Amino acid sequence: MIEQVAVSGLLMGLIYALVAVGLSLTWGVLDIINFAHGEYLMLSMYTAFWLYTLFNMDPYVSLPLAALLIFVIGYLNYKIVIKKVIDAPGLTALLATFGLSLLFRNLAQFFWTPNIRFISNTIVTDKKIELGSVVLGMPQLVAAIGSIIMVFVIYHFITKTKIGKAIQATAQDKSTARLMGINTEKIYALTLAIAGAAAGIAGSFMSTFYPVYPESGMMYGLLGFVIVALGGFGNIMGALYGGIIIGLAEAFGAYFLGTQFKYAVVFLIYLVVIQFKPRGLFGW
Amino acid sequence: MVIIRDILRDQKKGIAALLVLIGLLPFIIQDNNFRHVMIMFVLFAALGQAWNIITGYAGQTSFGHAAFFGIGAYASTVLLWKFDVSPWIGMLVGGIIASLVACVVSYPCFKLSGHYFAIATLAIGEIMLQLFVSWEYVEGATGIMLPIKEKGLLNMQFHPANKLPYFYIIYLLFVLIVSIAYIIERSKMGFYLKAIRENPDAAMAIGIDTTKYKLYAMAVSAFLTAIVGSFYAQYVMYIDPFMVFALRISMQIVLLTVLGGLGNIFGPIIGSAILIFLSQYTRIILGGTGKGVDLILFGLLVVVMACYQPNGIVGLFRKFVTKRRREVGVHGTADVAG
Amino acid sequence: MVQPMLQVDGVTMKFGSLVANNRVTFHVNKGEIVGLIGPNGAGKTTLFNCISGFYTPTEGRVVFRGTDITGMKPHLICKLGLTRTFQIVKPLKEMTVKENIMTGAFLHVNTRREAEESADEILEMTHLHDKRDQLAGSLTIADKKRLEVARALATRPDMLMLDEPMAGLNQTEVKEVMELCVSLKENGLTLMIVEHIMEGIMPIADRVVVLNAGEKIAEDVPEVVVNDENVIKAYLGERYHAQSKKS
Repeated sequence: MIEQVAVSGLLMGLIYALVAVGLSLTWGVLDIINFAHGEYLMLSMYTAFWLYTLFNMDPYVSLPLAALLIFVIGYLNYKIVIKKVIDAPGLTALLATFGLSLLFRNLAQFFWTPNIRFISNTIVTDKKIELGSVVLGMPQLVAAIGSIIMVFVIYHFITKTKIGKAIQATAQDKSTARLMGINTEKIYALTLAIAGAAAGIAGSFMSTFYPVYPESGMMYGLLGFVIVALGGFGNIMGALYGGIIIGLAEAFGAYFLGTQFKYAVVFLIYLVVIQFKPRGLFGW
Repeated sequence: MVIIRDILRDQKKGIAALLVLIGLLPFIIQDNNFRHVMIMFVLFAALGQAWNIITGYAGQTSFGHAAFFGIGAYASTVLLWKFDVSPWIGMLVGGIIASLVACVVSYPCFKLSGHYFAIATLAIGEIMLQLFVSWEYVEGATGIMLPIKEKGLLNMQFHPANKLPYFYIIYLLFVLIVSIAYIIERSKMGFYLKAIRENPDAAMAIGIDTTKYKLYAMAVSAFLTAIVGSFYAQYVMYIDPFMVFALRISMQIVLLTVLGGLGNIFGPIIGSAILIFLSQYTRIILGGTGKGVDLILFGLLVVVMACYQPNGIVGLFRKFVTKRRREVGVHGTADVAG
Repeated sequence: MVQPMLQVDGVTMKFGSLVANNRVTFHVNKGEIVGLIGPNGAGKTTLFNCISGFYTPTEGRVVFRGTDITGMKPHLICKLGLTRTFQIVKPLKEMTVKENIMTGAFLHVNTRREAEESADEILEMTHLHDKRDQLAGSLTIADKKRLEVARALATRPDMLMLDEPMAGLNQTEVKEVMELCVSLKENGLTLMIVEHIMEGIMPIADRVVVLNAGEKIAEDVPEVVVNDENVIKAYLGERYHAQSKKS
């Protein structure tokens, strides 16, 4: 039983990590908490849902489309809104992203009703793998594997490619980056777009086993903040480890204390860790 | 616009005028629907005012004020329901508990900077929600229906068709909170809190015990938030954790205050007016279809304000006043600073 | 023997393997102006932070008027009568000049009226009176520097530690700061001033302490210090000495 809990927690944690990576990049590079990040996830899940319902496209097939769509949404969010608030004082940027999140969530409710929907018949629905006493749901397994691959792809992109290095440089010191000839505007827009795409991919994976409704991204956005703060913002591997820790904490919390306590355990762990590492476990 | 200018120039008169106006409206307009809207408006304005003390003045962003709101709501409700204690006493008890909880949980978090503190308060709020959902003594997720008691001021229960007493109770609480905010703003504590917000190092260097003052601000803010929570429970007569501990409540308080103008007495009042009237009346006009049009509009407004008027609506007025003053060539040294 | 106002006793500050201050010892007597000079990276600001409580020194002791203040919280040190300013000015931006000064004044008074009276005095003294209603964030750098001193003065210190109060100012403005320092001294205040502008500190200092690479290399009256072999080599050679020869 314990193995089952650990494995389920780990799988969930890997998916959380992909959600958190985008948030972490946004936080690290643009220095804003993007409250709309959970809504990117939700929009991606709706994309998968509608492409499935209208064109019978499997979420795995529509995944690139969803990723691209949220990539564009992230990019436009920067160009239209975030750009104007990025250097503003105090809580302005937060106000803007929270406004965006309200907007997306309620637009979804307006157009698609608050009803809870499922994608009922994908190629992985109801499929399972049994490893000894541990049963793995196919949708979760595929999502977890896909997520960890994506986390490493993004890690590789940020640390190894030229654009990625420009993103890192911008995160560390904006004005120096500018002096070195980096177009920080472009980097910001790209960062938010990449964050969106990551959420888009995570959303597609999740749509195979998680209900789709206007608020379906909210809890993940929230957990995302905690994971990012736990891992230390701007740190991709921090988000991965943070995601795994939170996934496991949630699973074990639910197992030992009851499901109703699983998030309390998650938030409590954050509060405790932050006492010893005020800038997160892997913070700069 | 002259009125606005005068209000901003002489804060005291302006606040007094506004309070009198708010107090008279539900008396003049005898429509129960309108009175309900006014109650919600004043309630959220009071919450924004209380939150403003820790975030607007002291600069410590709290995303977890629903925790204190909920504690207030539950304290008075449980005392009335289980021990037959008057909600007025319950209100005080709730305020004190909320203050204590606020001090205990925020003390270790004050060393966190910026976003980390904000996320910690968010976590505290969510933990409270989870705890109350699973706490059987207070009926967990089922919530508590308040017992019907003898009507009257003592039990804070009145004929449901008559909203006026409820309005005046929350109105008095609101006036109390505004007065406290006003006194704090003008006192040594207000100066110290703003100094901590503007620059913690500079504050320490001129002898300010930053931790102590942040704790004071948090305690006061939590106390005031909780007493409003107590009133809310008495008004709606039914509470469950998802109503009172919701992140939605925390964020509504944040949004309306920032929208109106952070660190300013008028901010929460203006912000609450917009939020509440917009949501209540779009609901009435467009029908309560749950389509969330009000929140779409509100979201849009928030985004637009953030982009073009980051100092909130109060900032917009202030800009206008400064511009006008320059145009008419008045070189007054009006005290419009927040 | 008369007790010194401030006694810094073998203060060492290490950041990991980096030694920013190495067993620095000196004292400041009541009513003196002591200059603390040294090339960039000599550890002056670190020493300042150790004295004012922003850092706890790795070793050594700081005694202010007989009280051991080593590792004490900054606000308590300020309450004892030792107030500092910052090299990088820290104005309370969204507050007016007067409100900035009042915030300092509240250390010893509780009512707004008393704080205002106290602030008015200091506004006069520091020539900021005309700008009292401006937001601190909108001031010129010279005025921000002045405000930094004014706000510290409002806490009614017995000793004031100024961190580069003249940096970035033009000659007239430097003169004004010098005059202010001298008049403060005449009013009985003890001053310790970190300064790069030799023309600004040498004429007003009673004694000068020279730091280089974290160590004290000289401590004497200005006339002696400028001719000190080590000092010239370490620092003054490049600037003040060359200039004084020229003239």
